[in-house]
Amino acid sequence: MMLSIENLRVSFAREHGDPVEVVHGINVTLDKGETLGIVGESGSGKSVLSLATMGLLPRTATASGKILLDGEDILSMSERQLCRVRGRKIGMIFQEPMTALNPSMRVGAQIAEGLRLSQGLSRRAARAEALRLLDMVKIPRAADRIDSFPHEMSGGQRQRVGIAIALALKPELLIADEPTTALDVTVQAEVLDILDELVSELGISLILISHDLGVIARITDRTLVMYRGDEMEQGETEQVLRRPAHAYTRKLISALPNRVRSALETPDG
Amino acid sequence: MKRFPISLILGGLITGALIGAALLSRVWTPADPTAMNILNRLKGPGEAGLLGADQIGRDVFSIIMAGAWTSLGIAMTATLLGGAIGTLIGVSAAAKGGVFERLAMAINGVLFSFPPILSAILLGALMGPGALTSITAIGVFMIPVFARVSRGAALQIWSRDFVQAARMAGKGPALITLQHILPNISAQIIVQLAIQTGLGILSEAGLSFLGMGVAPPTPSWGRMLADAQTFLSSAPHLVLAPGLAIALAVLGLNLLGDGLRDLTDPRRRQAS
Amino acid sequence: MPALKKLSRQIGGLVITLWIASLVIFLLIEAAPGDAASIMLGTNAAPDTVAALRSELGLDRPLLWRYAGWLGGVLSGDLGTSYTYGVPVAGLIADRLAVTVPLTLIATLLSILISLPLGVWAANRPNGPVDTLASLFSQVGIAVPNFWIGLLLILGVALGLGWLTPGGFPGWQAGIGAAFEALILPSIALAVPQSAVLTRVTRAAVIEVTNEDFVRTARAKGLSRGRALWRHTVPNALLPVVTMLGLQIPFLISGAVLVENVFTLPGIGTLAYQALSQRDLIVVQNVVLMFTLIVMVVNLIVDALYTVLDPRLRGRV
Repeated sequence: MMLSIENLRVSFAREHGDPVEVVHGINVTLDKGETLGIVGESGSGKSVLSLATMGLLPRTATASGKILLDGEDILSMSERQLCRVRGRKIGMIFQEPMTALNPSMRVGAQIAEGLRLSQGLSRRAARAEALRLLDMVKIPRAADRIDSFPHEMSGGQRQRVGIAIALALKPELLIADEPTTALDVTVQAEVLDILDELVSELGISLILISHDLGVIARITDRTLVMYRGDEMEQGETEQVLRRPAHAYTRKLISALPNRVRSALETPDG
Repeated sequence: MKRFPISLILGGLITGALIGAALLSRVWTPADPTAMNILNRLKGPGEAGLLGADQIGRDVFSIIMAGAWTSLGIAMTATLLGGAIGTLIGVSAAAKGGVFERLAMAINGVLFSFPPILSAILLGALMGPGALTSITAIGVFMIPVFARVSRGAALQIWSRDFVQAARMAGKGPALITLQHILPNISAQIIVQLAIQTGLGILSEAGLSFLGMGVAPPTPSWGRMLADAQTFLSSAPHLVLAPGLAIALAVLGLNLLGDGLRDLTDPRRRQAS
Repeated sequence: MPALKKLSRQIGGLVITLWIASLVIFLLIEAAPGDAASIMLGTNAAPDTVAALRSELGLDRPLLWRYAGWLGGVLSGDLGTSYTYGVPVAGLIADRLAVTVPLTLIATLLSILISLPLGVWAANRPNGPVDTLASLFSQVGIAVPNFWIGLLLILGVALGLGWLTPGGFPGWQAGIGAAFEALILPSIALAVPQSAVLTRVTRAAVIEVTNEDFVRTARAKGLSRGRALWRHTVPNALLPVVTMLGLQIPFLISGAVLVENVFTLPGIGTLAYQALSQRDLIVVQNVVLMFTLIVMVVNLIVDALYTVLDPRLRGRV
């Protein structure tokens, strides 16, 4: 698997006036098994970038440039082709575990849905696979939880279900958009550990979007720093965080609490 | 539905025409709406008057105009009365809370299960058909509608900071309701007044159609339709004109209500 | 069990409101001019004959007694005897319900069948041609009186095209087909305003749910737009639709009275209306109570439907 984003620009149509461009020519490459962090404050265009990669931009958006996945351009794919990419080649985890799951569907069914649909598994086989996935994301007593509704679970558990859904079809690339931001601090670490473990275990590539440098530092090989739709800098995570080349990155780092900043400075602490 | 200018303008125009026709009918109509002319009996549009003549030769256009006065008069009176009582109940329930609120809302539930025709059947037994029966029957049904809307809107205002501040300043619930709640929910109430007046016109037409509305010879759209039923195949124009009048009047008031809502709803205003 | 507790509390509430309603109905009918005996015997009856009948009917007993008597009768299924028909009111109502209940059910079914696809389709392409058509339909449909639609249907379909009957009801003993045929046009007349309202609500609800995060999650799984719509969006948009369905019940019943009148169907609406014009007050009294009961029971069912549609409401008291 190889993802290569070339000069991506995304603009949104407005009801009155000209369209606004929110991503101004971003270039990214990602190899198999590699992990990339995208940092930036809200409004920096990082979520738009991830939605564009999924082919899930809203109707009002127009994208130009190229998003090549194994040489095929996502931006020029038909909807039918995109449906075959989503889930199967790229999985995605969203920010809000509270709202990202269908409230009227049992979690097992939500995990199994993609399996039944794209792999044509029987109900029973899909359920067995869903159970395995729940186990894999370390839901305790998964067999008892498979028929739960989302509201019967905690935020951390829901986000694990989200990971299970994203990994169900064994994608080669996982995009996690602020996967822990909405969670309690203690739960954040657990969910990140699970994510980190699974990505290296399964050998899939990861794009982790976060405004939290601590999270980025912990997991990613490389980092892209974005500000208002522009790339500020890109490079090895260690390099970027220890010797930031750009003033904006330095600002982000200096905004961290002392404790976190010093943790960044001690190698592999 | 992002239709603010069209619906407001169209609704305003139709409603304006309706009110205009109702008022004008008090001083002028093309012919006397109650004058029989047996020679014109069941004549079609153009043959006698703009919209033809009915089974005893009265000018249909004139009756429609005069019927606007009846319809609008009854619907507006009922809506205003029911609206006032309902709003009073709604804002008091929101202000007082507790047992009073639950009791008020329970009574609302009972009233809401009495649609206008049902109350009219009951009231008709008590006082016979007539304008008063119609107004009461329709008005009673408006009470829970307005109580619900105003309570919901009032509760929202009660949770705002400035109301909390007024409370801290020692103002009582009645004063707060008068100074802060009512002015802030008035837009929603006005929207409901427009829409419910439309429903009132529909209900009034239904009641007169069943013979439970105003008594003859007072012109009424609903009774025109009831009379026309007998001449369905021989004089279809008698069915078309009053029905169109009712539909147009209700459509106009609904559009006006929707337009006003789009204009005043802060959520929608932000969105545009 | 919280669900059971909730149900028993709801039924308790229903009994209390029904009791209040019965009291109001009874007092209003009591206050109505003219008593049963003089209506039954006509205006020229001798005073002592009237008095005899009055005591036979129990009309000379105190108010509270008569109220208790009626309530006891209602509970045991004895609603008294109609003044004009001379038959038990309970049987009369049951016969008429056999027309009204199918009529309203068919109309409701029809309105769901029209409004659900139309509303979903309109929401799927906001401001597209279907959406424009749907909003036109809902604006006009809400404004048009159903009895007028009934008249137009008779004029156009029954008299004009010669299809179906312009009115009347052959009775269920004439065969399901014939009876059903007589209910088609009335059901359509009743269904049009209903579906106008429901289309509007469906459209708004679907649009709101379409923007929810979980729909995006479903799409990220590789679901097509259509499948995400029907499997994820629509089931979660049904709650407001069901709410509106419940709120429409009083209008449906009012509508039935009018439409039955247009098509001369021997339903409960016609019964109420005729009873009123013949001052058969005992029938009026019971029919109105019956209507109230129906409205409240349907509301209870709608409430129960909520918990089926939204699992989050389960177990909440």
